[in-house]
Amino acid sequence: MTTFGAFIASPWGSVVVIGAMALVTFLCRIAGVVVMSRVRITPRVERGLRALPGSIILATILPAVVDNGWPALAALGAAVVAMAVTRIDILGLVAGLGTLSIIRALG
Amino acid sequence: MTLMSPALRPHFSLAGLRQGARAALPAFPGFIMFAIAFGTAAAQKGLSLGETMGLSAFVYAGASQMVGLEIWQQVWSPATILTIVTVTAVVNARMILLGATLQPWLKDEPLARTALNLFLLTEAGWLIGTRYHNEGGRDVGVLLGCALILWLVWLIATLTGFFAGALVPEPRRFGLDLVMPVFFGVMLVPLWKGAASALPWLVAGVVSLIVHALVPGYTFIIAGALAGVAAGMLIE
Repeated sequence: MTTFGAFIASPWGSVVVIGAMALVTFLCRIAGVVVMSRVRITPRVERGLRALPGSIILATILPAVVDNGWPALAALGAAVVAMAVTRIDILGLVAGLGTLSIIRALG
Repeated sequence: MTLMSPALRPHFSLAGLRQGARAALPAFPGFIMFAIAFGTAAAQKGLSLGETMGLSAFVYAGASQMVGLEIWQQVWSPATILTIVTVTAVVNARMILLGATLQPWLKDEPLARTALNLFLLTEAGWLIGTRYHNEGGRDVGVLLGCALILWLVWLIATLTGFFAGALVPEPRRFGLDLVMPVFFGVMLVPLWKGAASALPWLVAGVVSLIVHALVPGYTFIIAGALAGVAAGMLIE
């Protein structure tokens, strides 16, 4: 076994692993800024980036909501309606979680 | 809007830090839930306190920490390290997109502060920062204040889960297993600028559902997000 192999097989291995995971995650975090500072932001690119926040939200939550069935859909609907009416994010959150817990308590 | 015109250039203030920390509040329940779940699972899996806190402090990306636990080893080899690093990169690749949207806001910031801001970048903090930016705010302190408080909450909740995970009541009863999707849904509302600008979101949602049905893992997020960006670029 090489010196490196022996080192990572020791308890120091998890330090190396956490460091490597942290490094690769940090590279993901900075890559977008680094790349965009070298790209000319045309109107087309700007439109694409403007579509990103909503796109990432729907891409994240739709599969989770579909997997959890109609109670999840009702909770999401209640949260969105409460937020649209009040514009207070905490109230939207409470409406969504409250709806879900009521449905589950009754079900 | 005219009242805000002096603030339209990106800047940084301590008042912004405090404002950001307050704005982060709606993301607390999701962070607390997820980090407690991670701390509990890490303790059950046999990770030491140092390993658990190290993952939460330095990797600081919930989905990849959870997936990392599934392939965690007692004794590491170059092959298993390469596997866990690759999986981490794949799960966290979506962060490249988050950073891309922040570049115009951060471009005149000092390098060290931008490095810190990006080290602490999360989807929830980014959504809160994006909402503030869309409403005309340009104080980078808000983004950093939000990020710092969420990181602290993450660490405290990880610690709580590690030691007291078994004592936490059934989260499903309070709907807390779905707290992140509900929070994301709430943050969608201020982004709404009419049906035309939401068309790419629909594309993103449909593509993510299809990918979710066909491919295991978290690929559906980045696939859907990229499809939404592409649709945004194509639709005039």
